[in-house]
Amino acid sequence: MHIVVAMRQLADLVEELEVNGDGTDIDRDFVKFVSNEWDEAALEEALTIKDESAASVTVVALDEPDVDQTLYAALAKGADRAVKLTGHDPSAWVRTRERAQRIASFLAHEEFDLVLTGVQAADDLDGQLAGILGSTLDIPHAAVVVGVELTGSSLRVAQELGGGLVGVSELELPAVLGVQAARQAPRYASITRIRQAMQTQKIEEQEVSLEVTTPQVTVRRLYPPEKQGGATMLTGSAKDVATEIVNILRSKGLV
Amino acid sequence: MAIAVLVVGERVAGESPDVTFELLGRGRELADALSGELAVVVVNDLDEGAQFGIADVLYVVDGMDSASYSAPQWEAAIGAVIQRVSPQVVLVSTGTVGIDLAGALATKFNAPLASYVIDVTAQGDKLVVTSQLYGGKLLSEGEIDAFPAFVSVLPGSLPVEKGRAQGSPRVEHIDAGDQLRLSKGRGTELREPDTSGVDITSAALLVSVGRGIGSKENLELVAELAEAMKAPLSASRPVIDQGWLPKPHQVGKSGKKVKPTVYLAFGISGAPEHLEGMRSAETIIACNTDPSAPIFEVAHYGTTLDLFDLVPELTDIVGG
Amino acid sequence: MPVGGNKQAPVITELEEAIVVSPLSGREWDVSGATSRMLESRVLTDYGSAGFARIAALEGGESLEYCYGCGKCVPVCPVDLVSEYGPRKIHRRVQTGLDLFRSDELWMCTTCGNCLRVCPKQVNMIEVMPAVREVAMADGTIPEELQQVMEKTFRYGNALGENPRRRHAWTKGADVEVRVLANDPRPVDVLFYVEDYWSYHPRGQQAAQAFARILTSLDVDFAILGSEEKTLGDSQRLAGEKGLFESLMEQVVEVLSKYQFNRIVTPDPHGFNALRKIYPKYGHDYEAMHYSQLLASMIDRIEFQGTLDAKVTFHDPCYLGRHNGEYEAPRKLLEAIPGVELLEMGRCRENSYCCGGGGGGMWLDGFNSNHASERLSERRVREAAETGADILAVACPYEVSRFEDAAKSTGNEHLRVMDIAEMLDIAMRAQDWRI
Repeated sequence: MHIVVAMRQLADLVEELEVNGDGTDIDRDFVKFVSNEWDEAALEEALTIKDESAASVTVVALDEPDVDQTLYAALAKGADRAVKLTGHDPSAWVRTRERAQRIASFLAHEEFDLVLTGVQAADDLDGQLAGILGSTLDIPHAAVVVGVELTGSSLRVAQELGGGLVGVSELELPAVLGVQAARQAPRYASITRIRQAMQTQKIEEQEVSLEVTTPQVTVRRLYPPEKQGGATMLTGSAKDVATEIVNILRSKGLV
Repeated sequence: MAIAVLVVGERVAGESPDVTFELLGRGRELADALSGELAVVVVNDLDEGAQFGIADVLYVVDGMDSASYSAPQWEAAIGAVIQRVSPQVVLVSTGTVGIDLAGALATKFNAPLASYVIDVTAQGDKLVVTSQLYGGKLLSEGEIDAFPAFVSVLPGSLPVEKGRAQGSPRVEHIDAGDQLRLSKGRGTELREPDTSGVDITSAALLVSVGRGIGSKENLELVAELAEAMKAPLSASRPVIDQGWLPKPHQVGKSGKKVKPTVYLAFGISGAPEHLEGMRSAETIIACNTDPSAPIFEVAHYGTTLDLFDLVPELTDIVGG
Repeated sequence: MPVGGNKQAPVITELEEAIVVSPLSGREWDVSGATSRMLESRVLTDYGSAGFARIAALEGGESLEYCYGCGKCVPVCPVDLVSEYGPRKIHRRVQTGLDLFRSDELWMCTTCGNCLRVCPKQVNMIEVMPAVREVAMADGTIPEELQQVMEKTFRYGNALGENPRRRHAWTKGADVEVRVLANDPRPVDVLFYVEDYWSYHPRGQQAAQAFARILTSLDVDFAILGSEEKTLGDSQRLAGEKGLFESLMEQVVEVLSKYQFNRIVTPDPHGFNALRKIYPKYGHDYEAMHYSQLLASMIDRIEFQGTLDAKVTFHDPCYLGRHNGEYEAPRKLLEAIPGVELLEMGRCRENSYCCGGGGGGMWLDGFNSNHASERLSERRVREAAETGADILAVACPYEVSRFEDAAKSTGNEHLRVMDIAEMLDIAMRAQDWRI
């Protein structure tokens, strides 16, 4: 069993995002990039499968700011191999369709049974990776996956369908899954381990050249939403605010 | 007349979801602007209670297993309908079914796709779409000038009532048997929501907690408050995903939709998926140290105090 | 002394049949099966040494097995008083089979150092605990709240997960010019290393502002690193993340190499400890001072415009006092403030009671609350209140938030918690200050 985990970097939402000069993208010079948290769940699921069976795990990501950190952390956590795809502008917004084609081009030379990736990323305006990658590779796929069960060559997945309803289905391998949550919270890779990985393991680089263009949404402008100013802000000490909140609850007969 | 807009009815079990009617309402306007017909496609058996009166055509895909859900089967079925009726615009939701379908089919038909859409209009021969990116921190205004085009709308973004208008669309049955037989997946079962134990949907007061709580250990602090208030404890997605609270406590798109009299939100930033589950609460009181957190957009009262300062005070007043 | 896990295997000689013969009368007693039947010498242990061997194999883990159970650490360990943790208990439990690497007790030591002060056998928990924690972390065994702090520190360079670009946001409220070296890289006398809690915590920011005003009024040539500053990470190191500490140190040293300065002054005893004791081990030598030391050296030049009429008690930070021997500088400053009457708590100076924030405890309040009958900060605040003081003066950025919270939870709201810098600033600026 060979599992490929497709990971990616994403602007850190802890920071305030600024819009660039022509107003069509975030200002990438002034933002910190971190790994997409759903991809971390996908990695955790892959590593859990590896812990249970003899699977091998390859992590693949496009060259993006601080991606080495993410890849070394994945190696430290137990991934067997990390691959960085180059051949594009690492400081630009890679739209989902192009991302899928680049990863598909890497997978074309790989033997794999399962591709796991995060269900979504906060900037995937052009759709979510799993479905696009599945369609590009012409293999089955499923998104919002919260359960993965591999027995021999058969794959069962659980998907959340909204309102708590869960759909269980079987997919033929190879398949692509967009993972919503792994069986457990992502494991910790101590910095000591990550640093060991940096010294003892290598990130493979592979150049991907693409000529294909896909139709996509043209972004006219990116802008912060207008504040609707809905909330009346309560100020003062914790005690003052607590008193006000309790008064609101009392006025509605709730406490 | 040609089909201008095809709405994908995303009912898997039970009633058709609200978002289908949001899509139908807006789909009507788009179809009129594009001078074509509005169609809706449903798979599985028809939801008898649903009125698709606003549509001109209702396609029913026959031959699907209605007791389960399979992404490849749906993709095959909806793909067959698109192939046959060649709509200009396909409307889906940015929910599980929509996420399964939109990217894959847009790729198959080499068509553009806009996700997380909260507004879509036709302007001349273009579609103008507004999408919510970066967890709601930025909006993107984009245009699409190639057709067919796929538009994936965030549930809860558009008015729903218009889509429920009365009428009698002509019904066409489509047999996607060939495509379904070739599909590389099949559904096996549907698991109903776990309704044992806590019921957060019927409470008048909910004490809800998000990522800001930091750890399972800290959850005790808010649990104490909930106990003092005799209110159930609910949570946003990250708390559930970390395994800090069991699934029946989850509020949001993939959890429960709640409508309490008062919703107390501690350390919840207000991702669109969460807002979808609680925005219809009568009064929302939010505590988050980030003054720009999207939760304050929907909250009626807010405070940027640290929840670790506020919660003990509340417990003190209510419990003491 | 058994060293390095190579303790002699127990030799037990028991006689199946034991007959005692009187050398006088020749009479025989048959004592077979009686409690006193073991008539030859034996090693008095029935326990294997495997548990200690595994810990002793770690650098810094050697000393745990030196313990001979005398109990001197029992009354001085702050955690022992409120929970099931204690150095002697740990020794005994490892002896009887506890897997320390996977136990909750592993995370409860605050590395305050009071046990080592009294230990006749030099059992050094300040080295044992971080060594074992490092292994536990490498295995992924780490309390969730601590994991998040480590990830934030690695990602943002501060334990709070705050935006690194806002590290010097506090300077806006200082009302004095604060030079940021990146903007103005001229050589400087004092590099003010602000550290995390003075940079980001609202109460810490007030102290940072007060300190900047004091330096300005004393004409000290000082500057900060601003967004180039990262935490020195000493508490992360003691919590077991040596790799993170080293990674931070490489970055800190690189930034520091860009600028010329005479000395580094920091309000954080933990950072002070790192610069003074740990950095030199890696070949990085800087002249480091705690801010109380710098100000105490200039006490004659400080002019007070007003008074601060209050009874004050002072909490010795573990990493300023016990770990680095500085007890006088903070007291010298407090005693210089007109109106201050200094009262000592029963546990002070070398025997100061830990606030609970060291060694990672700062980030384990939730975890520890499941294991302790009360928080260390609460116990300490009660001690402070018992002196009759109006103000609990502190000199460590961890403490204001810990003690203010504890003052509320123990019903001692009347006790004000203030940093010494804030108190000096008030008296120097002649503000009308009333309790």
